[in-house]
Amino acid sequence: MTRVAVVDYGAGNLVSIGQALQADVVLVDCGQSFDRFDGLVVPGVGAARPAMNRLRRRGLLDPVLEWLASERPYLGICLGLQLLFDGSDEDGATTFGALPGRTIRLVDAPRLPHIGWNQVEVRRTHELFDGIPDGSNFYFVHSYAGEPTADAAGSVLAETTHGRPFTSAVARGALTGVQFHPERSGRDGLRLLANFVGSLRSTAWPSAAVAAVGSAAGSSRVGASSAARAPSFGAA
Amino acid sequence: MLCYRVIPCLDVANGRVVKGTRFVDLVDEGDPPELAERYALEGADELVFLDITAAPEGRGTLLDIVERTARRAFIPLTVGGGVRRVEEMRDVLRAGADKVSLNTAAVADPSLVTRCARRFGRQAVVVAIDAKQRPSNPAAPEAVTWQVYVKGGREATPLDAVEWAVRATALGAGELLVTSIDRDGTRSGYDTDLLAAISRRVEVPVVASGGAASPADFVSAVLDGHADAVLAASIFHRRIHSIAAVKSAMSAAGIPVRLDGEAAA
Repeated sequence: MTRVAVVDYGAGNLVSIGQALQADVVLVDCGQSFDRFDGLVVPGVGAARPAMNRLRRRGLLDPVLEWLASERPYLGICLGLQLLFDGSDEDGATTFGALPGRTIRLVDAPRLPHIGWNQVEVRRTHELFDGIPDGSNFYFVHSYAGEPTADAAGSVLAETTHGRPFTSAVARGALTGVQFHPERSGRDGLRLLANFVGSLRSTAWPSAAVAAVGSAAGSSRVGASSAARAPSFGAA
Repeated sequence: MLCYRVIPCLDVANGRVVKGTRFVDLVDEGDPPELAERYALEGADELVFLDITAAPEGRGTLLDIVERTARRAFIPLTVGGGVRRVEEMRDVLRAGADKVSLNTAAVADPSLVTRCARRFGRQAVVVAIDAKQRPSNPAAPEAVTWQVYVKGGREATPLDAVEWAVRATALGAGELLVTSIDRDGTRSGYDTDLLAAISRRVEVPVVASGGAASPADFVSAVLDGHADAVLAASIFHRRIHSIAAVKSAMSAAGIPVRLDGEAAA
């Protein structure tokens, strides 16, 4: 089974994500290498600066940046997508800088926050949207969205309109991100998460090594494990 | 284009979904996670749980229900009732809720709204407003106003509902859940005047509540009340109207709704 790390920095509904990902899911809430995982999911809602501060304080920022630098599979959800860019207009925070661009306030939006189901118009074929009809509805809850620079416009995978069109999904190499919440978007959301998991290539690990790191401090298993316990959330 | 949302509301007491008229004659309507899953399959866009016992001993039960629901219904969940502190909101979110609704506690301590919004983002903070129309002034019968009530609609406050709505969003509310006490449980339709009065003054989404009887009422809440989402309880619990029937009426009236919910859970 593929192993997915979900970064837990106290900003998001991790129960649903852990449950929705059909994989061996480990919530990671303090610093450790992600080497033993096949994919990394960074969820989150809220503003960029407190998120960056919490990632740093928990020793999670450097491992995430190393993961991105090594171009391994990443799925950012909502804030986890916005953090990929250089910085956020919401509070001026400097973010990961993995994609050229900034997180900006939605332009000409009739209502903010943008809360509810809206259509995701897929701009090019990508395995993340396999089996999901173009224009399907996904659940959004946000006021800001990451906008790639003109040079990085090729990373735009999907757009959605609230006021003006904004980037609702990105993909560049193994790096992907969605502004909506697949874990709250019913059948199509579960399909998207399954597509992400399906794209991961399981790393061949000796089983003894897996057992040893599986009980490492700062991790808790959810999802596939029936003995799942409530994930840690917001201890900071 | 953003879809208008249809939201079933589940009143929860002592771990069960109940329905009564203002806390009396409570009728057991089932297990919350089971009903939540049913509604998700039937096309609900979101769910609201209101803990109407809100007693300390009920808290652990509620968190357990929220978590069991979050594991089964993959649509958003708002939880309200008895949250008075940032830490209590954290616990509810940690159990799997996406938003927390503040009502009495927000009126008693408006800074709670700001502290919760700073900690979790304003999109996670709903301020619920229970409003009752004031007797009209004979000198100016057109100037209708509404008064805010707290503690489950039992206690009047000096607050004007529209002014409180404006202030709540300035404090950090990302959404308003507006219930008409006059209409609640009467099946006489939503108070579209109240909804419109609030909706035109705020930027955040407004959820209509109280009075739904027919699919036409949902249409009116959006077209006349300018609501962004429409909530109802008993007509769904008692299967008087299905979510699909409500959505098809809204769609026929030209209101964008999510119609692909049949297999959404």
